[in-house]
Amino acid sequence: MNKFKIAYSGCVILLAALAAAAAGAIVLKAVGASPIATYVTIFTGPTQDLFGLTEILVRAVPLILVALGIAISFRSGIINIGAEGQMLMGILAATATALALPNLAHGLLLPLVLLAGALGGALWAGIAGILKARLGVNEILSTVMLNYIAAQFYTYLLRGPMIDPAELETGSGTPQSMRLPHAAWLGRLIPGTRLHSGLLLALVLAFGVYLLLWRTTWGFRLRAAGAEAKAARYAGISVPRSLVAAMLFSGGFAGLAGAVELTGVHHRAIENISSGYGFTGIVVALFGALHPAGIVPAAVFFGLLLVGADMTQRTAGVPANMILVLQGVIILAIVSAKMYLNNAYAQEKALKWFRRLKAGPSPDPLKPGGRP
Amino acid sequence: MNPGGMLYNILSLGVPFSVALLLASLGEMFNQRAGVFNLGCEGIMCMGAFLAFLPPYFIKTGALAPYGNLIGFAVAIAAGVLLGLLFALVTVTFRADQGIAGIGLQLFGWGLSGTLFRHYVGGVTGVEGLAAWALPGLSRIPFLGGILFNHNPMVYFTFLMVPASWYLLYRTPWGLKVRAVGTAPRAADSMGINVNRVRYQALMLGGAMAGLGGAYLSLCQARMFADDLVAGRGFIAVALVYFGGWSPVGILGGALLFSFAQSLQLAIQVGGIKFPYEFAVMLPYVLVILVLSLARKSRLRGPSQLGIPFNREMRY
Repeated sequence: MNKFKIAYSGCVILLAALAAAAAGAIVLKAVGASPIATYVTIFTGPTQDLFGLTEILVRAVPLILVALGIAISFRSGIINIGAEGQMLMGILAATATALALPNLAHGLLLPLVLLAGALGGALWAGIAGILKARLGVNEILSTVMLNYIAAQFYTYLLRGPMIDPAELETGSGTPQSMRLPHAAWLGRLIPGTRLHSGLLLALVLAFGVYLLLWRTTWGFRLRAAGAEAKAARYAGISVPRSLVAAMLFSGGFAGLAGAVELTGVHHRAIENISSGYGFTGIVVALFGALHPAGIVPAAVFFGLLLVGADMTQRTAGVPANMILVLQGVIILAIVSAKMYLNNAYAQEKALKWFRRLKAGPSPDPLKPGGRP
Repeated sequence: MNPGGMLYNILSLGVPFSVALLLASLGEMFNQRAGVFNLGCEGIMCMGAFLAFLPPYFIKTGALAPYGNLIGFAVAIAAGVLLGLLFALVTVTFRADQGIAGIGLQLFGWGLSGTLFRHYVGGVTGVEGLAAWALPGLSRIPFLGGILFNHNPMVYFTFLMVPASWYLLYRTPWGLKVRAVGTAPRAADSMGINVNRVRYQALMLGGAMAGLGGAYLSLCQARMFADDLVAGRGFIAVALVYFGGWSPVGILGGALLFSFAQSLQLAIQVGGIKFPYEFAVMLPYVLVILVLSLARKSRLRGPSQLGIPFNREMRY
């Protein structure tokens, strides 16, 4: 039975992946690119040299952090779609902190900046959490709206109050903040590449989230409230409180992802800094089965996909929006496949079908492998 | 500007602004009444807006040229039905989590329309769009005539859709089935109603209306297409269904509230009161959150099985 279960899950996942790849291929065909050549470029292009390999990890860092937050929220029964906005708010808070305290030592300023980023994201997500817990406002809608609001607020600050004075002097007016002081930069892991020590932070936090969710009472409460709110309430767990806590954590991770991206890669707040990580993070979290052990490899995989998509845009002229299409299809494929993965009944049906296929027309219903 | 003239401007601008929201929202109402929460509305609107834009953009000469807009609307409806079917396949047949699947459909529609737009069109180009058609006689009524009866035909069509939706939902057997599968699918099933089929039908209808709403944006309102043309209107439409208490009249009120807020904000800017442009853009999104917070009681009137997939083989 167990061997069958693994084969069964593998088949379902393979089918979902094939469906997603086929849908992507049709779209590629429609924009005049060769699907196979494009897929080959996406998957092998970035792995040719050290720079490509490190770029994959550079993309994976914010994806891990965002996806960890999303896993916490999804596991706790609140669907946080607002990572994009929470990242921006985290970046704003981190930038403001770094620029306000330029003379602090590295060992003090950097943690402070990262903490500010996490706090900014957490507070922004907390709005949706409290609205859900207190007023029952649908969190998907409110977080989507908070995304739009954060994006506008971000551009407003970058064009107005937070713009680099040098930009105004030269008159170029690029909407970006001043450069952060060096004390607020994350160190580079490999000289000459953009790979920064945020990667280590992300890996440590991935382990931390595992401990939090599966090895503490507190994490158990969150998961219980998410799995079955009514039962959790009878067990004395305050569901509204757990919703708000999950949302704060989730937003904190997104804000931290923003702060890490800021201090590790760009060193100043620029437009499009979040570059869709907030949405890709959702796909990564789902792809990684909402578990840190799955999220880390999934983030690397999507890092590869993002770098590869950039390459195809440059070489084959496939518009970068293509990656949104792929992500959308992957989400649809994953949530569809879930029914067949977690459903014992569907599994049993497949098993019976499989047996009939193997043993001819008369299956024995009393054989083991029945309903668990 | 005198206050009367300003009021006139706000109202006459606001009425056509409400159309895209109203169409998508009425469609979403049918989805939700049938128990399916379709957040992919935004993605369907993006595809509708893009595909409707193509025929008038490409067919500039020839026998079909005068019908470019009409073909555009038809294509948008067809695309909406197809995407509705896709969403039905995922959420009804595969019983996927509707919120997450909706975000998937949104990313898909948004990304696909942007990708195809960049490849086939490239930059921002305008189309002629639908011309205003003043209703003879009615448009001469002082004040009200210009506000209500001097718009493009889609505006009249959409406002007729409000009573039509009401009739369809409350006065036809199909409407009764839709309401039944959204509140008591098990009972409906035992009465011989095919729950999943009704949900499929509702999602196709909702998709068609969302596609048409998107088409209105590109052909009548903006008269061009851009990646971010829809800009969250699909999500606002979903929120309006909550605000409107799942009834066509409530949704009409919500859509008008939003469009008047938008035209009021435009009038304030034109009127010379300066505030940052970004805050003006933010306004409708803030309004959605406020409206959802205030509409909490209306939830009790909503379909009780909203968001819950129906599994015929499951016993509770």
